[in-house]
Amino acid sequence: MGKFLFWTLITIILVFLTIPAVVVLMSSVNPTEILSFPPKGFSLKWYVHAFTYEDFQTSFYNGVIVTFFASTIASVVGVAAAYVTHRYKFRGRRVLEFLLAAPLIIPRFTTGFGFLLVGAGLGFNNGYAIVILTHIILVLPFVTRSVYVSLVNIDRDLERSASNLGASPGSVFLRITLPLLTPGIVGGWIIAAILSFTEFTASLYVTSYATQTLPVAMYIYVREYTDPTLAAISSLLIISTTLATFLVDRALGLKRVLAIESH
Amino acid sequence: MSDRRLWWLFIVPCMLAALAVVMSLAAVFQYSFREFIPGSLQPGHFTLDNFYEIGRPLYFQVIVATLWISLLTAIFCLLLSYPVAYALVRTRHEWLRTLLVILSITPLFTGEIVRTYAWMLVLGTEGFINSVLIALGVISAPLQIMYTTFGVTVALVHFSMPVMIILLATAISHVNRDYEKAAANLGATPLAVFWRVTVPLTMPGIVASTVVIFAWTMSAFATPQLIGGGKVMMISNLVYLQGLSSFNFPIAAVLSLVAFVVAVGSLAVIQPFISRLERRVAQQ
Repeated sequence: MGKFLFWTLITIILVFLTIPAVVVLMSSVNPTEILSFPPKGFSLKWYVHAFTYEDFQTSFYNGVIVTFFASTIASVVGVAAAYVTHRYKFRGRRVLEFLLAAPLIIPRFTTGFGFLLVGAGLGFNNGYAIVILTHIILVLPFVTRSVYVSLVNIDRDLERSASNLGASPGSVFLRITLPLLTPGIVGGWIIAAILSFTEFTASLYVTSYATQTLPVAMYIYVREYTDPTLAAISSLLIISTTLATFLVDRALGLKRVLAIESH
Repeated sequence: MSDRRLWWLFIVPCMLAALAVVMSLAAVFQYSFREFIPGSLQPGHFTLDNFYEIGRPLYFQVIVATLWISLLTAIFCLLLSYPVAYALVRTRHEWLRTLLVILSITPLFTGEIVRTYAWMLVLGTEGFINSVLIALGVISAPLQIMYTTFGVTVALVHFSMPVMIILLATAISHVNRDYEKAAANLGATPLAVFWRVTVPLTMPGIVASTVVIFAWTMSAFATPQLIGGGKVMMISNLVYLQGLSSFNFPIAAVLSLVAFVVAVGSLAVIQPFISRLERRVAQQ
């Protein structure tokens, strides 16, 4: 009885979590311009429009560039940050840890607005550079955490043996530690890429018309038009992120990447 | 390569990233003490006027509304997320765990704009809820859910739940199951075990996650912007309005600073309380 009630409750909560996605998928294939439930037929015309709309094409391309550089650079910095804070004791370590994790709790618009001011002050507020820099800072905590969890779980005897056999600290890192960290790095990179590609609030501040990313273009579209073109793009994003989440979970265990199990 | 040189190699990129974080905050801080010159992006002299300015009802009401909406969201998030996190950690079926993880975490990855748009389709005058209710004959005229605090809160609970589930699942996975088994062996019903053992043992996690979600919710922009539609405003919307529409950078900076102080401050204030809870749990 109690068990039945518990799972009924869980089901209701999961319906709440999933219903927006289901409604989006339904609207995206509905031929009418105004929403209607149940749908009045089946059509892919909104998908065609989404693919041929020029602002979505350029913003998709911008998003790919920003995402690639931001998550790759963030992964390199993330490995460095995880290694340095886990393996060394030094003055200011706590401060460094705090500053690198801070973007998780600093409101997104504060970060975005801050980087807008920094970009304007230093004179590079019109290109990809400021967008990529902002995204690196925003996704860095996720990559660092993912690598950190891998680092904690490494069998240190492997490193010690290599070291005892005469390998320098540098080559121990490159040939023993780094390969063992690969799952954490790959998992972190994928999560960083997803978060960067879908990042909206901060991007709104640091992008210009020429560098706007897909979510920014979507926001501008939804303010001007009410047709379900956005439902088509949203559906594609929902399907691809669900698939990516599933694959990360299969390959690496999402619980580990997100550090739900910290030991 | 020596150990020392390895340290240097790694610390440099970390310092650069930390420097970028500091610079962005310093820029906001600096602009909030500067005078606004209408028609110019360059701020004027040092002034404290911006801080008086946000005390005016126009701004102050929005700050209060932001705190209220964030608090409501954090509480509802806790109530809805705990059961899911509990099921996720405790289920013995691997497929069920995978399903729960994917259904609850994926919304985090689709991004705020997709989720907000989805909620517009659900809550709108011609949206899902109204269409279904009218078709069923429950109501005759559509309910006004968009542009209300209720609508914004519903969408925000959805916005913040994935993070809450991750945080609570972490807390629950740390509970030593022997305590629960011992209580059950001594004759406690499953419900009693849950309320008198599991919940108290995860109390530090519950308090910490709720405060984190409070801070996280203040970060939301697209949801109050589109669901609130100007009728329900949060600090984020005001920063956007002042910063990117009116180009009043100093006021936008002060408001950003307030949000930053509240978010980081609430976590700092609660920290000693959480440590005390943790010690109490450890003693039991």
